[in-house]
Amino acid sequence: MPDDIQPQPIEILLVDDNDDDVVLLTESFKDSRFLNLLQVVPDGVEALAYLRREGAYRAARTPGLILLDINMPKMNGFEVLQVIKADPQLRMIPVIMLTTSTRDEDIARSYDGGACSFVAKPVNLEKLKEVVKQFALYWTLVSIVPPRRSGD
Amino acid sequence: MTQLAEPAPLEILVVDDNEDDVLLLQESFRELPSVSLMHAVHDGEQALAFLRREGSFAAAGRPGLVLLDINMPKKNGFEVLAEMKGDPLLRMIPVVMLTTSSREADVLSAYNGGACSFVTKPVSFDRLKLIAGHFASYWTTVVQVPKKPGD
Repeated sequence: MPDDIQPQPIEILLVDDNDDDVVLLTESFKDSRFLNLLQVVPDGVEALAYLRREGAYRAARTPGLILLDINMPKMNGFEVLQVIKADPQLRMIPVIMLTTSTRDEDIARSYDGGACSFVAKPVNLEKLKEVVKQFALYWTLVSIVPPRRSGD
Repeated sequence: MTQLAEPAPLEILVVDDNEDDVLLLQESFRELPSVSLMHAVHDGEQALAFLRREGSFAAAGRPGLVLLDINMPKKNGFEVLAEMKGDPLLRMIPVVMLTTSSREADVLSAYNGGACSFVTKPVSFDRLKLIAGHFASYWTTVVQVPKKPGD
């Protein structure tokens, strides 16, 4: 990016069934330096409907990034990741696993499945806010997300 | 500012044929204690030899992250990315494209090919240092990269 360009807000799809986590993350994104648009769905089935603009999500826009929890009802995060990475229309969207797990097997399985990053949710709110701030800085200032599909 | 956990040391492999860029990156990362080691190779063939510990790279470490240029001699960045992502032993290493390009077609090809992130090289050194700092914070304090086999 040319040096004089300001960071562009990006749209993030958060897939997480834990209401408390969603509230804390929404709060943290509001506090972060960049006004990212955060869309939230509670499980993997809803996430895929959102990404494919099915049912109630006909007007949904392609997110620049997906934040994906691992332990969820209906479909877990690994299953959702696999479907996204096998779909030519969706596979370019960076998927970041955001989870309470820090198990080495979960980390390896995430990267092996095509996840871009593995982020362990901090338990403490101050730390969560700092993680979200660094996260927002990285994805708006350092790294470019894929261009939107036509029609977005 | 709240301090995050102690940054996990990160070993980075930089694949870039431009000597000046490599020096600037080395300079930027030197000031960041979280980047424990930066290796540099100059083309795609060397990158794969390094990652596979072939030839003179028999004792090479396994990097936690690869920073990959696109336009390079012998094998370009997209070819290296395709080989890495097709290799069960290398596919889990996160690859960040680092390039002067910001063409939408390149960004799309990179993500489609399994790159984790696409970073455009800033023109000014100050800006590069700023980017390197945020880059290191993200990959050492926010993200956990895969453990090296055998660790």
